[in-house]
Amino acid sequence: MNTTDTNPTINIANLTNSSPAGGGRPPRLEVTALSKTYGTGANAKCVIEDLTFTVNTGEVVCIVGPSGVGKTTLLKCLAGLQPATSGTSAIDGRTIAGPPPEMALVFQDYSRSLMPWLTVRKNVRLPLRHLHLPAQEMNQRIDTALEAVGLAHAANQYPWQLSGGMQQRVAIARALAYRPEILIMDEPFASVDAQTRFELEDLCLKIREDFGMTILVVTHDIDEAVYLSDRVVVLGSKPARVLDVVDIDLPAARDQISTRSLPEFARQRTTVLSMIRKPA
Amino acid sequence: MNRKLINWSLGIGTPLLLVATWWAASQNSTNTFFPPLGTILERFQALWLFDHFGSDVMLSLRNLVLGYALATVIGVALGFVTALVPVVRWALDPLIHFFRGIPPVALVPIFISLIGFGIEMRLVSITLAALFPTLIATVDGIRSVDPSLKDVSAVYRLTRSEKLAQVYLPAAGPQIAAGMQVSLQVAFIVMIASEMLGSSQGIGAMTLLAQQSFMTSDMWAGILLLGVIGFGANMFFEVAKNKVLAWYVGSRRLSKS
Repeated sequence: MNTTDTNPTINIANLTNSSPAGGGRPPRLEVTALSKTYGTGANAKCVIEDLTFTVNTGEVVCIVGPSGVGKTTLLKCLAGLQPATSGTSAIDGRTIAGPPPEMALVFQDYSRSLMPWLTVRKNVRLPLRHLHLPAQEMNQRIDTALEAVGLAHAANQYPWQLSGGMQQRVAIARALAYRPEILIMDEPFASVDAQTRFELEDLCLKIREDFGMTILVVTHDIDEAVYLSDRVVVLGSKPARVLDVVDIDLPAARDQISTRSLPEFARQRTTVLSMIRKPA
Repeated sequence: MNRKLINWSLGIGTPLLLVATWWAASQNSTNTFFPPLGTILERFQALWLFDHFGSDVMLSLRNLVLGYALATVIGVALGFVTALVPVVRWALDPLIHFFRGIPPVALVPIFISLIGFGIEMRLVSITLAALFPTLIATVDGIRSVDPSLKDVSAVYRLTRSEKLAQVYLPAAGPQIAAGMQVSLQVAFIVMIASEMLGSSQGIGAMTLLAQQSFMTSDMWAGILLLGVIGFGANMFFEVAKNKVLAWYVGSRRLSKS
């Protein structure tokens, strides 16, 4: 009976909650008390418990934690692929119930996330078809994305003809052409060699510059997290919960050699590492 | 390169050698059941090129092509529905496996009594028998589509028809093709059986009639023609498959080397 009366109040309360607490930039992505439990009763297994953090517009945030901590489960909840057991994740205050249109995800396993029956170009094109863009804009988006990842020359090859690093770059190009406002990457550089890894990390930072995207990266590599991030969310196991959020005070322009040799870099990575190694 | 040449000559040489042996061994044969190959080939030419070509060969081929095409379309469509709609899967799964267990040829007598001896009977027999391998392969193929491809489709918000046509169908393609190849063999068998059991026209009927009237050379000529058609159909299928699934053939070759 009272529902019609209380509904507006709830909406206003929601709006107030999602508005920025400390002024400045509003949080783009907001995870509040998120929990995920598989199974019920005695077999219930809590993977994520009471997870809260925010990502601001234009930020690069890394989530680090020991392997098997449930990082992929967290991303699946964020991307709307799995429902959370309790708590919410929201974009601009809107609760995520299914895959949000402004989000793209780069999966960990590049070899299984690309369509082997499509050429590189057609893989990048696949998510754009239903956006009904003018042909010229579609082609331009594809060209720009392939150029950004340095694969313009391989457009007509099949993914399985390319090296692992190149395949992951195709997956990134596919996300870029989709022009998401929020890009989420699940251990995107875990299975490529060290040199390629450095290149892809710098590509990630360049994307933020060029396309103004908000980027959330899940990784188990602490050096990578410190190098890429504005902030690092440190997860503890098990179940996964936020141990701390570390602000990374490194100069905005990062460089694989000079940034990694800064004393501040070493200090930050020690902070994060000791948090993860500390017995829970 | 050299190895390839040897393989090819083996592949062509062995059948040629067999034919030559058959020719030589049967040349002066007076055995009623094993007439000389020369006589068989003469009858082959007289019967099939082109006396009965229009009336019988074309009829058989048309039944084969039409029945097989119907079986493929229905099998793939039904396979999609069975794999993707849980209610249908629960309802159809046991039935599919029951009917699969019955040898296809055993169904022909039922169709004769139900539908009669006409072309419809033969078409229905071919279609129903050839349906199952494609259907089962399609269901398996779609159920084993990589979950990460489904996640990709969901994240990029592909439409339902895009998911079906651009993701599920190509992903299940190799398995569907394998099922279709078995369906082709089954369709061929049932085509002949349906003609032998319930018809006076077609290659199967002619071959059986020849055997029953002790025209052994005609019978052999019929068997020879069936062999040629079966071989040709399978060859055609292989070529088409390698063209459509070029990505699969290519990636397999690469991962082996």
